[in-house]
Amino acid sequence: MEALARSLVNFVPVLGGVPLWTITLLVMVASAAVVLVFALTFEGVGSLVLRKVAGDIQARIGPNRVGPNGMLQFLADGVKLVLKEDIIPARADRLLFRLAPYFVFVGSFAAFVVVPFGVGLIAADLNIGIYYVMAVTSLVVVGILLAGWSSNNKWALLGGMRAAAQIVSYEIPVGMALIPAVLVAGSLSLQAIVKSQGGLFGIFGWNLFHDPFAFFSFLLYFTAAQAETNQTPFDLPEAESELVSGYNVEYSGIRFGLFFLAEFGDMFIVAALATACFLGGWNVPFVSVAALPPVWGNLLSLGVFLGKAFTMVLIMMWVRWTLPRLRVDQLMRMSWKYMVPLTFVNLLGVSLWLLLFHGKGIPQMIASLFG
Amino acid sequence: MNGPSDFIFYAAAALTVGSAILVATLPNIIYAAVALLFAFAGVAGLYVFLSADFLAATQVLVYVGGILVLILFAVFLSNRLADVKISNPGHFHLPAAAVCLVLFGVLSYTAVSTPFAVKTAVYLPTTADIGEMLMTRYLLPFEVASVLLLAALIGAALLSRPERGTPEKADMEEGRG
Repeated sequence: MEALARSLVNFVPVLGGVPLWTITLLVMVASAAVVLVFALTFEGVGSLVLRKVAGDIQARIGPNRVGPNGMLQFLADGVKLVLKEDIIPARADRLLFRLAPYFVFVGSFAAFVVVPFGVGLIAADLNIGIYYVMAVTSLVVVGILLAGWSSNNKWALLGGMRAAAQIVSYEIPVGMALIPAVLVAGSLSLQAIVKSQGGLFGIFGWNLFHDPFAFFSFLLYFTAAQAETNQTPFDLPEAESELVSGYNVEYSGIRFGLFFLAEFGDMFIVAALATACFLGGWNVPFVSVAALPPVWGNLLSLGVFLGKAFTMVLIMMWVRWTLPRLRVDQLMRMSWKYMVPLTFVNLLGVSLWLLLFHGKGIPQMIASLFG
Repeated sequence: MNGPSDFIFYAAAALTVGSAILVATLPNIIYAAVALLFAFAGVAGLYVFLSADFLAATQVLVYVGGILVLILFAVFLSNRLADVKISNPGHFHLPAAAVCLVLFGVLSYTAVSTPFAVKTAVYLPTTADIGEMLMTRYLLPFEVASVLLLAALIGAALLSRPERGTPEKADMEEGRG
């Protein structure tokens, strides 16, 4: 950030009189604002796409009234959420009831900061990138628990408890399944992980094809992450047929909107992490984007990254509308008895592979066979 | 970067101390837990100032994502759920005040009399070094701590295990419920 601020000062000499930290701060605020605008746009359009996909899968039309083919539905929804009355139940704990949606939204949005959108497009390339994502998203659990409790409603409380138990349980397989990518790259920084998947092999340079364990851990990650974000078939916290709508049942207006936005934000974070850690991130096969002129390199890599991430989001929606919901004890058993041990075995497998074959993946080994 | 970073440091310190005072004094235990969240966040901020990025993230992950959630669960499950007035009454004010005063005296004497080595922070990645130290020099304490945690985990599983022979629970275990 400071380097960017310096180059800005060099570019616009008038700024030389302003202290450097002011410019750095402004650059930080500006990049956060850009990411926020992206996140909100994605969350809006995502809600429309979700409903369209649901319509297609369930053989009905879906939203089709606002704008051509219902394309502007999400704008109408947004306006409605902002304008609706913000109702606080009489017996609710007013302070926590108001505070909880912010925890959930901040926890979800803070993860966007380290998403590597392109070769130079990342709001903050922290060297603990993945770890940071795991840490800040834990704020979501606290927000959900508080929302469930402060509503003073038994459905909300049960939903909140279920959500928290589920997120805490599935956090472990999610984290463990991401470690293979960290081991291959030798870094926690998402940008370094993406860079480690570039090179001569095109799509076979992806961590997905590095070795069998890495391939398997992608599947484990994707399943566990689906559960961690409370998506169907793991949407027990919401479970309309049992719990009305879970921890957010008493919320209305923009506070409900914040929960809703956070849910779609989490969806994108899961897709973005899957893309960055296993699917090559913004690397374009057989093209070195870093060597292109900055504008074209960034645009090309941004397009590739978003293309992959949106495909993952579509797959998540597809799964969401296809599979029926699990029961609560089945869900917990799946995490603790199957997914956690599997991710441990997998982690051991990847470590042994890297140790035995000196960090070489299958593509490199095949390439070395042919000289 | 001197001006704002001083300001942010004092803000983080004030956040930590202020929320810690609230944790101790608030009568509602859920509010105290929320204040604890802000105290943890403040401590994470202080770690960032000590250029310990990995430690800061660990602070948030372990304390907010683990300990705080556990505290909230414990409160929700051990009180009547519908009761909004979960209270945190104080007892033994005088002896507690005496102990606190003595502790405060010892701590402030130590803080004032210790010659702290003041260095300008160098913002370098710390993760790899921490990992290497844990696997070499501090391997034994690391393993002892994990054995302790494992024992606690097994103990918790044993305590919460359903009694054998209860028909409904046995059904649930077999997945026929």
